[in-house]
Amino acid sequence: MLSVRSLSTEYQGERGGAVLAARDVSFEVPAGKLFTLLGPSGCGKTTTLRSIAGLERPIAGEVAVGGEVVFSSERGVFVAPNRRNFGMVFQSYAIWPHMNVFQNAAFPLEVGQRRLSRSERIDKVMHVLSAVALDDLADRPATKLSGGQQQRLALARALVMEPRLLLLDEPLSNLDAKLRERMRFELKRTQRDLGITTIYVTHDQSEALALSNEIAVMSEGRIVQVGSPREIYEQPRSRFVADFVGATNFLDATVVATDANGGCRVGTPLGELNVRCADRLERNAAVAVSVRPEDVELSETEPPRAATDNVCVATVEAKAFLGDRLDFQVRAGNTVLLARVHPSLRTPVGDKIYVRMQADKCLAVPDARARSAPPPSAPA
Amino acid sequence: MTQHGDTIDLPNARLGGALPRIDAKGLAIGGSVALVAWLALVPIAFLLWQSFLTPQTAATPARLTLENYGAAFASAETFRLLGNSVAFAAGSAALAFAIGTFFAWVNERTNTAFKSLFFALSLIPLVIPAILFTVSWILLASPKIGIINLALQELFDTKFIFVNVYSLGGMIWVDGLHQSPLAFLLMTAAFRSMDPSLEESALMSGATAPQVVRRVTLRLAAPAMAGALLILFVRAVESFEVPALVGLPVGIEVYTSSIYQAIQSYPSEVGLGSAYAVGLLVIASGCILAQSRIARQTGRFATVTGKGFRPRVMDIGRWRILTAGVFILYFLFIVALPFFVLLWSSLQAFYSVPSLAALETLTLSAYRAVLDYPQFAGTVWNSALLSVGSATIIMLATSVLCWIVTRTRLPGRWLLDNLASLPLVFPGLVLGLAIMVCYLTLGIGVYGTIWIMLIAYVTRFLPYGMRYNMASMLALHRELEESAAMSGASWGMTFWRIVLPLLKPGLIAGWIYVVIVSVRELSSSILLYSPGTEVVSIMIWEYWQNGQYRELSALGVMLILALFCFVLLAQFAGRRFGVREAAR
Repeated sequence: MLSVRSLSTEYQGERGGAVLAARDVSFEVPAGKLFTLLGPSGCGKTTTLRSIAGLERPIAGEVAVGGEVVFSSERGVFVAPNRRNFGMVFQSYAIWPHMNVFQNAAFPLEVGQRRLSRSERIDKVMHVLSAVALDDLADRPATKLSGGQQQRLALARALVMEPRLLLLDEPLSNLDAKLRERMRFELKRTQRDLGITTIYVTHDQSEALALSNEIAVMSEGRIVQVGSPREIYEQPRSRFVADFVGATNFLDATVVATDANGGCRVGTPLGELNVRCADRLERNAAVAVSVRPEDVELSETEPPRAATDNVCVATVEAKAFLGDRLDFQVRAGNTVLLARVHPSLRTPVGDKIYVRMQADKCLAVPDARARSAPPPSAPA
Repeated sequence: MTQHGDTIDLPNARLGGALPRIDAKGLAIGGSVALVAWLALVPIAFLLWQSFLTPQTAATPARLTLENYGAAFASAETFRLLGNSVAFAAGSAALAFAIGTFFAWVNERTNTAFKSLFFALSLIPLVIPAILFTVSWILLASPKIGIINLALQELFDTKFIFVNVYSLGGMIWVDGLHQSPLAFLLMTAAFRSMDPSLEESALMSGATAPQVVRRVTLRLAAPAMAGALLILFVRAVESFEVPALVGLPVGIEVYTSSIYQAIQSYPSEVGLGSAYAVGLLVIASGCILAQSRIARQTGRFATVTGKGFRPRVMDIGRWRILTAGVFILYFLFIVALPFFVLLWSSLQAFYSVPSLAALETLTLSAYRAVLDYPQFAGTVWNSALLSVGSATIIMLATSVLCWIVTRTRLPGRWLLDNLASLPLVFPGLVLGLAIMVCYLTLGIGVYGTIWIMLIAYVTRFLPYGMRYNMASMLALHRELEESAAMSGASWGMTFWRIVLPLLKPGLIAGWIYVVIVSVRELSSSILLYSPGTEVVSIMIWEYWQNGQYRELSALGVMLILALFCFVLLAQFAGRRFGVREAAR
């Protein structure tokens, strides 16, 4: 449906020089799917989205939607944003304050190339407003809307012209935490019901994991990994992705031996561990071993162990009760690990505790950084 | 990745991300740029060129010369003229600044009585044109017919002249008083934009109140004060009405009145006038340059963001009644007194000091004379047409200009901003002269018509339009327009349906302001009008030249009342139709 090939966009920096914000970005999105661009601020995700929208003019690459090329540097094609028929929800929502709810939602039908009769227009607008539960408020001035209502109005306005593609630029970041969670589900439901191909930009990894069919993690203008939410979370291919998506423990390690099934043995400050390898790794390569806190199992008695399980003894250093779970910080030698366990574990601080990490939950990724990682953040 | 630039073959290829095409956007941008460049640069080029030419007569053609500059800047007169100009401007600026700062401080930083009323009143002096203000003070303080002198002479039974407006001091008094509302507005803005926590933290550090004022408040206000002084100095140096009406009769000449005299002499010495004008231009641009540098250094947008500071208010106890009294006195001096002097003299058959006896001879004959004047209707029509026309053109053109400056990546857009603000440094008389020279030389049929005055007004007040629109445009979130583009709206449609409506409060305020200053305009018009294209301010000027003070006063009273009603109406309209809340 959407195909982005080798897209590069630059913008003028503060000092006037050109900054390359998106570098050689390529991805494909199948029809009806929700595709997320995820990354920290300044990684180029919004620039990429705006380049697809046509609000930025890329310096190279090609963007095609449903087979129609809307931008191609080689062929000199650039379709103006107002002729692309893409719906977009902006981070600020950009609700026009001089119009009421109905007028805001009706605007795209009044200015587009397709001319509709008045009654058709009213039907379409009221239909889309009822889809986002704003039909009662059609006459309300746009400035009298709450944050959640503004977000829904922005979505209604983007959907009313039945766009080929829906672009969402951090649409939930201006809402408070509770509302954000609720709107996340509504957004997903609306998108799935309408079956509309959607590009979603966010810096919030939990949002990305919850909503997406596929995620592209971006860093410094490039896509560093594309995959399903589960792949991104469970099989990060680099230290950056492992670190950015979810909390994790890093252990600096060196490859000691590899086997044919993607397993290998690495030397770490905790001793030699059996781990899984993201890519083929050379012997003696410097790697980082990533273990998610929920995969660090704790027990007061020595746990049963399979041949490949990694077990060591540690001391409880600090713990934080979070209601549905309990975060432990345990120390083994100079290494501090964060473990996320069931709140029923009540080992006091200072006591000895056994740590078990299954080999296929420990993932060795190439370590771009030579320095040793700081310990995971301490529970408060 | 391909190399740079293979898609950027046109300089404006990246304009807001849309294609360069001949469409509404391209036309609006191209048209605005061309308009600004033409208005701001061409007349000044002609002025410069003219200043190097000898007078042209039927017998001898003009030739290149440096004589004009010799006569203007290297003669015995040079120092007297420069000295007068600087003394007048500095005195006027200092007086206006002292008055304006005092009232701004009282109004913003003390709990003086009736504060909210004072701020509203402070805008009213705007409706009294400089020429009427000057005339009224001549009627008040002239040695022979001045009401103050006559009244005091009667009281003390003497022939002593108590006040004499026809002196350098008198000129400074009248001009300084007239500029003081501007000083008040400038300094109010400065005091408002000051973060009170800066002063509070000084207090918490143990400083006493005078120490806070000396070491924090004044230091913080210093750049704004310097900027305000420079602006007031430039306004005074450009001022034409006071030097012409008060200074010329007693031979106190400054640059503006010398330019006027050079042009009005026979044969007209346009070259000499141009040389004076170039000198004036240099002084004005130097000051404005210094002022903008100061403003830039102190964070130009700190005052625009409009953060809701609540300044610390000092309790001045019983003095609050006194300060209110002083303010009322001041208001009398700059509004009520001039207005009532004009009203009084307009109702008299023969000019006399207000007295009970004179009350019995009141007559409306002066009003009848003005209304019966054959050209009256045409003159009013010209004024209305010019002020409404120039205000509308300016506000629409500058909204596009501000959009280009803030929204596009057009190379050289900063130049556009500077070009459109350039006329700020043109004194009205200089601009009038430059435009006169330009269109006389070009001979495209504009000279002698009302169009040349429209050109002058649009040029002169373009910077005000820029200022009003730029403030609103900077506050407008870019995504409000981008979402319209994503909704399928073309650039023209977006501008018409989204940008202009959101700029409306600033547009209306700016439009009102430009209408008022256009109606008051005299110093450019005086060199450009011709029979049939007189405006109201010119009619007042002519009455003065003919010594028809009663008719002048009647016309003045009607003008002030009309402007006052216009301001009230326009403000009401602005509130009624303005958007409820500005965009985020």
